[in-house]
Amino acid sequence: MKKALSVMLAAAMAVSFAACGTGTTNPGTSNSTSQGSSAAATSIRVGGLGPLTGGAAIYGNAVKNGAQLAVDEINAKGGLQFELNFMDDENDVEKSMNAYNSLKDWGMQLLMGTTTTQPCIAVSAQASDDRMFVLTPSASAPEVVANETAYQVCFTDPNQGMASANYIADNNLATKVAVIHDSSDAYSSGVYAKFKEQAEARGLEIVADEAFTADNKTDFSVQVQKAKSANAELVFLPIYYSEADLILQEMNKQGYEATVFGCDGLDGLLTIPGADTSLFEGVMLLTPFAADAQDEMTQNFVTSYQEKFGEVPNQFAADAYDAMYILLAACEKAGVTADMDAATICDKVMEAMPQLTLDGLTGNGMKWEATGEVNKEPRAVKIVNGAYAAM
Amino acid sequence: MNGIKRWSKTTKSNIITYGIVLAFYLLIEGLLAGNLLSNSFQGMLVPVCAYVVLAVSLNLTVGILGELSLGHAGFMSVGAFSGAVLWVILEGKVPDLVGLVLAMLLGGVVAGVFGFLIGIPVLRLRGDYLAIVTLAFGEIIKNILNALYLGVDASGLHVSLKDSAALGLDAEGTLIINGAIGISGMKKISSFTAGIILVLVALAVILNLIHSRAGRAIMAIRDNRIAAEAMGINITKYKLMAFITSAVFAGMAGVLYALNYTTLAAKKFDYNTSILVLVFVVLGGIGNIRGSIIAATILYILPELLRGLQDYRMLVYAVVLIFMMIFNQSPQVLAWRSRMGQIMMNWPVAQRFASMKQGKKEG
Amino acid sequence: MEFLSYVINGISLGGVYAIIALGYTMVYGIAKMLNFAHGDVIMVGSYLVYVAVTGAGMHPLLAVVLSMVACTLLGIVIERLAYKPLRGASSLSVLITAIGVSYLLQNLALLIWGSTPKSFSSVISLPTFHLAGGSLTIPGITVVTVAVSAVIMVGLVWFVNSTRTGQAMLAVSEDKGAAQLMGINVNTTIAITFAIGSALAAVAGVLLCTAYPSLQPTTGAMPGIKAFTAAVFGGIGSIPGAMVGGILLGIIEILSKAYISTQLADAIVFAVLIVVLLVRPTGLMGKKINEKV
Repeated sequence: MKKALSVMLAAAMAVSFAACGTGTTNPGTSNSTSQGSSAAATSIRVGGLGPLTGGAAIYGNAVKNGAQLAVDEINAKGGLQFELNFMDDENDVEKSMNAYNSLKDWGMQLLMGTTTTQPCIAVSAQASDDRMFVLTPSASAPEVVANETAYQVCFTDPNQGMASANYIADNNLATKVAVIHDSSDAYSSGVYAKFKEQAEARGLEIVADEAFTADNKTDFSVQVQKAKSANAELVFLPIYYSEADLILQEMNKQGYEATVFGCDGLDGLLTIPGADTSLFEGVMLLTPFAADAQDEMTQNFVTSYQEKFGEVPNQFAADAYDAMYILLAACEKAGVTADMDAATICDKVMEAMPQLTLDGLTGNGMKWEATGEVNKEPRAVKIVNGAYAAM
Repeated sequence: MNGIKRWSKTTKSNIITYGIVLAFYLLIEGLLAGNLLSNSFQGMLVPVCAYVVLAVSLNLTVGILGELSLGHAGFMSVGAFSGAVLWVILEGKVPDLVGLVLAMLLGGVVAGVFGFLIGIPVLRLRGDYLAIVTLAFGEIIKNILNALYLGVDASGLHVSLKDSAALGLDAEGTLIINGAIGISGMKKISSFTAGIILVLVALAVILNLIHSRAGRAIMAIRDNRIAAEAMGINITKYKLMAFITSAVFAGMAGVLYALNYTTLAAKKFDYNTSILVLVFVVLGGIGNIRGSIIAATILYILPELLRGLQDYRMLVYAVVLIFMMIFNQSPQVLAWRSRMGQIMMNWPVAQRFASMKQGKKEG
Repeated sequence: MEFLSYVINGISLGGVYAIIALGYTMVYGIAKMLNFAHGDVIMVGSYLVYVAVTGAGMHPLLAVVLSMVACTLLGIVIERLAYKPLRGASSLSVLITAIGVSYLLQNLALLIWGSTPKSFSSVISLPTFHLAGGSLTIPGITVVTVAVSAVIMVGLVWFVNSTRTGQAMLAVSEDKGAAQLMGINVNTTIAITFAIGSALAAVAGVLLCTAYPSLQPTTGAMPGIKAFTAAVFGGIGSIPGAMVGGILLGIIEILSKAYISTQLADAIVFAVLIVVLLVRPTGLMGKKINEKV
C-alpha cells in the first residue's frame, strides 16, 4: 500500500512536471488548442509524424526539417498558410498511433507522414477510417497506398526493385549479381523481393543472396566475403546509406572490387560527416533526388537547408519538402480553406490529386494514380569525383 | 457491516484492487459517453490494458517467484502472432467477439506451451544467468519471427525462413506473415471493454494463485529455495506453475495488443519492450500487484503527456524515471520520507485526525 | 582458406565484444550490478574522440586519452547521482536506474550531436595486412583490438589480485558489510570500479568505431547487449572469462553467418549461449557458488 501510494505521489509530480513543460512549448509549433483557435481560421493545420528519437531518428529529423523549410517558404509567400506540428513516433506502430491521435486532438486537417513504412501502414489505415488525407513522403510499401486516403511522394518498393533489375540488365552492368539486404526492414525486403523476381526474369544470376538485421548491422565481413568468393560483378544494396558505408569500407578492406548499385536509400552517402568519400567512387544509384543537382530549385533548397540546419539534406528531406508543396498545390486546386474540417478537405484533396502535375525536387512531372501511387521517372546517377553524375 | 469485518486483510486488499479497475472502467466509460475524452487518451486505453496485464503477469515471475525475466516480450509476441494469424484466417467467418476470444485463447495456449518449453531448462538456472537466458529467448523468438514467412493456399499452410518466394504459394494463396513487414491489413477487434475483462481475469487468476497453497509454496521457494525443498515442496512444479501462468497472460495480452492495430511486426517485441514492462513492475513495487497496475497505467501515459516538450521529451522521461526510482527505492530517501511523515503526523490537525481514526477502530 | 578468414573476422568482432565485456564484468563482479548504461558510455566516448579529432584537429591518441578521462568522470558522476542513492535497495531497482541512465545518455547524444551517422573512418585508419597472396586479409584494427584487450585483461587481473585497491574491490564484492568493518571505504572502492569500467568503455568505443566506423546515438546499445552476453558466456565476474567469452561469441557469430544463415545469426548465437549455460550454469569460467541455508 505504501509503495502504491508513493508511486502515485511520484507520478503526480511527474504529471505536474509535464504540465509545466507544456506551458513552455515552442510557439511556432504550439499544440494547445485554445491558443490555436484564432489561428485556425487562417492556416491549415498539417500534422507530421516520424521517428525523432531512437535508431531511425535520421529519417524523421530530415523529414521534419525539410517540411518545416517548405512551410516557412509557403507562409512567407502569402496565400494559403500552413501550420506544421511534427510529432515523434520512434518508428513504432503503437507510438505512431498515439501521436496520430494527439495530432487529431490538436486539430490536424492534413497528415504529412508517416516517415517510416511500418507505422505508416497502421496509421494510414486508421486515417482512411477517419477520412483524414495522408501524404507520406517516404513510406514506400504498397500496403501503405492500399489504404484509400493515403498517397505517396516516393516510389513504391516493388517499383524500385523492378527498375533496378531492369536498369542493370538493360545496360549490361553485370550478369553475376550479389544482393545484401536488411531482412528486418520493410523497405529493404520489399525492394529485394521484387528485384529478385525481376532479376531472374531478366536472366541475371544472383550468386550471393545475403541479409542482415537491425540488431546485427555492424559487421559485414561475411556478407562481403561471400559476394567476393562467388565472383559477383555487381553488388546490389537495397538498403540505407549508413549500412552501405560500412559495406563499402568492408569491400575496400577485403580488396574486393565490384560495381555497387543501390536505390534511393543510398542517397546520403556523400553527406556522411567524416566519411572517406573516395570509397564511394563509382557507386550507382537510382534516386529521385540528388543534392548537388544543378537546377535552381535543388540549389536553393540545399542552400537554405544548410543555412538553417547545418547539414546537407538527404532524400527524406527533399521528399518532405516536395510533400508540403504537393499539399499546397492540391489544396489550391481543390479550393480548400482553413476553416473546413478534415473529412471535407480529404474528399476535396483526393479529388484534386489525380489531376495534379508537379515538378519537385524529387522528380519532374509527378502525377498520381487514384490509388495513391506516384508516377515519376527514377534517375540513375553515378558517383564521380565525390559528386553525382547523370548516367 | 459485520460481514465485511470478518473478511481477511488479503480479501479486503483484493477487493480494493478489483475496485480500482472497475472504478477506472466506469469512469472512462462515463467520460466516453459524455464525449469528454481526447482522441489521444482513447487511443491509449487498449494498450494500457495490455501493459497492465503484462505487468501483473511479469510481477508473478519477478515478484512472487523471485526470478528476473528479461524476455516477457517474447511470450507476448508468440501469443500475438498466433492469435493474429488465427484471426486473419477466421476474419469474416465468425463474429468479431468470437474471433477475439478464440484468438486470445490460442495466444494464451501457445505462449503457455512456450513458457513450459523454455521454463524447464531455464528454471534450473539462478539469478542473473536466468535473466540473460530469458533475454536470449526473447531475442531468438524475435529474430525468427522477423525472418518468418507464412502463407496459406489450397494445399495448406506454407512456412519459410528465407523469403516470400520460397513459400511456393499458388496463385490463389495469400501471404499471412510477410517477414519483417509482418501481418498487415487486419481488422481491429480489440476494445477497452475486452481489455478490462482480460485485466480482471488475469487479476482473479493471479491473485487467487498467490493466496492459495500453491502461491505460498512459490513464495517459500523465493524466500529460501533449499529450506522449501527440505519442507517437501516440489520446486520444479511450482516454479513452472508460476512461469507458465505468467507466460499465458503475456500471450493473451499480446493478442489484445496485436488486434488493436491493423499491422503486427516482430520488431516491437524486443528487449526494450521486456524492459519497459519490467520498469512498470519495479516501480510499482516488486510483488505488489496493485502497484503494477497503477505504475503501468501512469508510466504508459507519461511519455504521451510529455509530447509538449518536443525534442526534450525522451530526455525528460529518462530523468523522471531515474528520479522516481531514487524517490521510491533509495533507503536514505525512504528513511527521510518516513521522518517527514512523522513530523507531519505531529501536527495538531493530523493528530486529531489520527485519534479520530483510532477511536473508530476501537468502536 | 575461406574458413580461416572467417575465423579472423570472428576474432576481429570478438575482440571488440571482449573489450566491452571486460568493462561489464568489472562492474558486475565488484558492484554486483548490471550496468545497462555501459554501452552508452561507449557511445559517448566515441563521440568525444570524433569531436576532438574532426572538430578540434587533435591527434587521435591524445583524443583517446582525453576521452578516457572524460568517460572516467562521467562514470563517477553517474555512479554518484544515480546508483549510489540506491545502494542497499534491491538489485532490480539499480538495474532499472541503469536503463534510465542509458535512455538519458542516448537522448542527450541525440540532442547534442544529432541523428545523422558520423563516419569514423577519417579519425583513425590502420593498414590492412594481406597474407597468402592476398587471399587472406587481416585488418590492422583486429591486431590492435586483440592486443589491447589482452593487455587490459592481464592488467586488470594484476590490478585486482596484487594491489591494495584491487584487494579492497574483491573484499567489497565478497561482503560489503564485512569490508566496511575492515576499514575499507566501500563507496570509494565502488566509485573506483566505475571509473575503471568507464575508462575501459572509452577505449572500447574507439576500437568499436574504428572497426565498424559508423557512429550514431544508438551505436552502443546492441554491442552492449552482445558484450553482456559474452560476459555471461565466459562466466560473469571472471576477467579472463570475459575475454574468452567475447572472442568465442564473435567467432560463433561470424561462423553461423557464414555457414548457416545471415538472417538468423543472432538467434544461433543466443541459442549457443543457452546451451552453454545449461551445461555449465555459471558460464565457461565462472565460479561455482555454494549455497547455504
